[in-house]
Amino acid sequence: MSAANKVLVIAEHDNRQLKKATLCTIRCAAQLGEVHLLIAGSGCAAAAEAASQVEGVAKVLCSDDARYAHPLAAALAPLVTSVAHGYSHLLAPATTFGKDLMPRVAAKLDVAQISDVIAIVSPDTFKRPIYAGNGIATVQSRDAIKVLTVRATAFDPAKVGAGGTALIEALAPIDVPAHTRFVGQALAASDRPELTQARVIVSGGRGLGSAENFHLLDKLADKLGAAVGASRAAVDAGFAPNDWQVGQTGKIVAPELYIAVGISGAIQHLAGMKDSKVIVANNKDPEAPIFQVADYGLVADLFQAVPELTAALG
Amino acid sequence: MKILVPVKRVIDYNVKARVKADGSGMELANVKMAMNPFDEIAVEEAVRLKEAGVASEIVAVSCGEAKCQEQLRQALALGADRALLVETTVELQPLAVAKLLKAIVDREAPRLVILGKQAIDDDANQTGQMLAALLDWPQATFASKVAVRGEEIEVTREIDGGLETLAMTLPAVVTTDLRLNEPRYATLPNIMKAKKKPLETLTPAELGVDVAPRLATLKVEEPPARKAGVKVASVAELVDKLRHEAKVIP
Amino acid sequence: MEFDVLVVGGGPAGLACAIRLKQLAAAAGRELSVCLLEKGAEIGAHILSGAVFETRALDELIPDWRARGAPLGVPVLRDEVYYFPHESNALRLPGFALPKTMHNAGNYVISLGKLCRWLGSEAEALGVEIFPGFAAAELLIEAGVVTGVVTGELGRAKDGSEKPDYQPGMALKAKYTVFAEGCRGHLGKALIERFDLAAGRDPQHYAIGLKELWEVPAERHEPGLVVHGAGWPLEGNANGGSFLYHGEDNTIAVGLIVDLNYANPYLSPFEEFQRFKQHPVIRRHLAGGRRIAYGARAIAKGGFSSLPKMHFPGGLLIGCDAGTLNFAKIKGSHTAMKSGLIAAETIFAALEQDRAGGRDLVEFETALRASWLYEELYAARNFGAALHRFGTLFGGAFNWIDQNLFGGRLPVTLHDPEPDHMRLKPAAECAPIVYEKPDGVISFDRLSSVFLSNTNHEEDQPAHLKLTDPGLALTVNLARYAAPETRYCPAGVYEIVEEAGGPRLVINAQNCLHCKTCDIKDPGQNIRWLPPEGGGGPVYGAM
Repeated sequence: MSAANKVLVIAEHDNRQLKKATLCTIRCAAQLGEVHLLIAGSGCAAAAEAASQVEGVAKVLCSDDARYAHPLAAALAPLVTSVAHGYSHLLAPATTFGKDLMPRVAAKLDVAQISDVIAIVSPDTFKRPIYAGNGIATVQSRDAIKVLTVRATAFDPAKVGAGGTALIEALAPIDVPAHTRFVGQALAASDRPELTQARVIVSGGRGLGSAENFHLLDKLADKLGAAVGASRAAVDAGFAPNDWQVGQTGKIVAPELYIAVGISGAIQHLAGMKDSKVIVANNKDPEAPIFQVADYGLVADLFQAVPELTAALG
Repeated sequence: MKILVPVKRVIDYNVKARVKADGSGMELANVKMAMNPFDEIAVEEAVRLKEAGVASEIVAVSCGEAKCQEQLRQALALGADRALLVETTVELQPLAVAKLLKAIVDREAPRLVILGKQAIDDDANQTGQMLAALLDWPQATFASKVAVRGEEIEVTREIDGGLETLAMTLPAVVTTDLRLNEPRYATLPNIMKAKKKPLETLTPAELGVDVAPRLATLKVEEPPARKAGVKVASVAELVDKLRHEAKVIP
Repeated sequence: MEFDVLVVGGGPAGLACAIRLKQLAAAAGRELSVCLLEKGAEIGAHILSGAVFETRALDELIPDWRARGAPLGVPVLRDEVYYFPHESNALRLPGFALPKTMHNAGNYVISLGKLCRWLGSEAEALGVEIFPGFAAAELLIEAGVVTGVVTGELGRAKDGSEKPDYQPGMALKAKYTVFAEGCRGHLGKALIERFDLAAGRDPQHYAIGLKELWEVPAERHEPGLVVHGAGWPLEGNANGGSFLYHGEDNTIAVGLIVDLNYANPYLSPFEEFQRFKQHPVIRRHLAGGRRIAYGARAIAKGGFSSLPKMHFPGGLLIGCDAGTLNFAKIKGSHTAMKSGLIAAETIFAALEQDRAGGRDLVEFETALRASWLYEELYAARNFGAALHRFGTLFGGAFNWIDQNLFGGRLPVTLHDPEPDHMRLKPAAECAPIVYEKPDGVISFDRLSSVFLSNTNHEEDQPAHLKLTDPGLALTVNLARYAAPETRYCPAGVYEIVEEAGGPRLVINAQNCLHCKTCDIKDPGQNIRWLPPEGGGGPVYGAM
């Protein structure tokens, strides 16, 4: 947009490659100006190398040090603020990583932070959802440095390997405070992800007919690494436990993919999942309201469609 | 140990927020207000720490209009010992609240600040982190488990894809996630007792904090309504679309 | 806990009573503890009314209400009354053709919810202990005297077990307890049975009122315009009327009132209401606007002849809980408030004489008879019965003669002895009614409507709608009456689900708007409405 803008994206990565949300943030950053990427990690050379080839990245700052073995906000914030003044914008994905880090950075710089940006209107004006997505606010920053977290689902990922080779510059680590110690991490490997955090959700309604039949969804969810949800009608009928309920009175979810199986689509349910990026509905009733919000509708008997879909996903 | 619990007055989570007809913001006239649900979890956690003998005093604090007293009374009914209201009619943004809270921390010297990870109105998810930054304290956001051991606090955090555990030396800031606990009901006798607990009112000026907003909200719009997509004829077509058009499955 | 006076319900009657008690105590320099319980999450959360408001009782209660900022911003400026012969035309009735009681000059278009919230803050300022979110679940009766109530328990799971945060109900005792739950309060119903308060009276008659709030473009909004209608879409032996009020902030309140003595079990008040809005006379007000709220509530409209005895040992039954609505005026707020005022004055005087309380306040009856409330209800006594007996046109003519020429003093009293639930005919004798699909612009479906009532109940609790005999749902309600509860419920609580093993009644208790229609209209009186966990139900904003 403006050549004068320089944007630093704080990368979320696993030391080998960039997380997809980071790629989406880079795409967003490219709308603002020249993009630099900050990679802080331990043994993260591979990630820096990969990042240097991402479309739109002009420079990679890499701070490779044992102090950054874990992406702790208290450790990373001083590093980010140390380079912040060369930039007009600091961006990070609106993941638990970015949300933990960026407010700490912004407060250190005495500037506001803007969360969950879904659109860039101009270099100082952004759109973001408020009130659980019931309103979209357009906000303008009066600060010299704009600190943003970016909602990944609102931007396509920047292409990997499609860029030139950006310069990789080593960045010296900074002392980290002694007050925080990493104890451990338990990544959900076999366990299903939590509903509100899942990338994919497979959700069942009263159409499943029984608690036993809900296991049909388990197999599909396993294939997709998805969480399993349920409509209120299914919960009421005793087919699924309470804490699976998606909807106005249950959990509000916005995964990348929401597959609604045997759910008619009562408004209470729609209120809980309408912000999902892609909605798939499978119902045998072509008049079911769920089809009014579904990107892909499949009118079919779920007892045939679900096993078929599970098989098709290999 | 003293615990400070900041609480925010927000639209009741049962009430459907709607955009004002003139696009200037959300409609809050004639709308039921309540304590931010994540802050209610924070109050509950503090009360449990007190019941466990870890905490000795719980101070609830809120920033905003005079009516925030209702939410402070709620916190007192749930078990806070006393309350502070920083009263102002200025629109408060997270950085301003963090600065006000820092000033309160300087006055009260708590060893722990527990607050909600975000408020359900602006959904900012910033105040706790900003407060920790201003104080140079450690922070643990999105807490699903909290254990205090002497001068150390161990917090399990809900991060994308799993759980992470941090140990921090006190004093510290913790922000709560949904699974940390299930807040209790305020009982009638406790609501009555809460009316008699001390509630002190301060102003940003008394605390020496500039609360002027840094962000201007230019407008608020309704989210775009979802439109019906396409009907697919078969599972094979569905998988094809998801893979190549929507690109949401590998 | 013990109080001097306990008031159950934070509507206009209960709040007026609580405020007056505190005023009297302050004037006499007495300590008087007054506690008010409200099952809604806040005062006003369960309040739904038209409303065109007559200030007579408010003038008596808080004479300087204007200076104190009472939310009565919109005086009625224009009255329109229509008779709708069918779906496309309308007869506008000239003012002289209307019963005098239908004239609204001097009245205000208000939100009763807002007024109650304001009354609540006035009450709290006077020292009334208000507890929203607490339902009075059961009566406390000792030696034949009502000594208070037990609040609802909190934290019981759907399967009946106690959750970790379980809180048992609490006994709240008082020298006198005032029941002001609104129409068909479950404790009011229990009191009427227990103390035989309805002996010798006509049965109570009811209607269901459905209401929506719309926000319309400023240029189409005429604050103070009041439109009433009768006729279409209610046909045959279904009676009722409609309202449309232009209030403040570019809002319009629109509603349909359907008498619950209708016979055809296929009738759906909700769908009648949706259909009604499509009438050109109504539609033109709503076009270009957006619907912002929805709700429904039963109305006790039997009036004078159905009014039960309102006193019993230890307490009083007031407002719509007893049935003080003036149907000739289609207004119940000022009469409810007046009954609260009389109750407060009676109780205060009684406590002055004898601090022990617990007496049967027979003098309430005397005070009531000496009041304008009694005069109003007496004058309006034939209004509803005439409409029931003679229909909208001839009943209306009777009412014109009675109200305009005789001031309600025609020397006859019409009776309506059959309870509403007995009027339902078997489905086999009735023609099914086909309703058009909602267009999503003017008319809507049930669930998207309930969504706008902000209704919520804690999910994990026992259903608060109970069937005394669960079997009757299928053997009587479905087999004989084609499951009328699936139609008269304005919130889609009742659903017949076809399953492999046959049909089954599903009760979606979380949707419940607390309107009480099922408790009233169920043909076998088999459905009982009981209070759910406190704070549940709708959260109306300005209804």
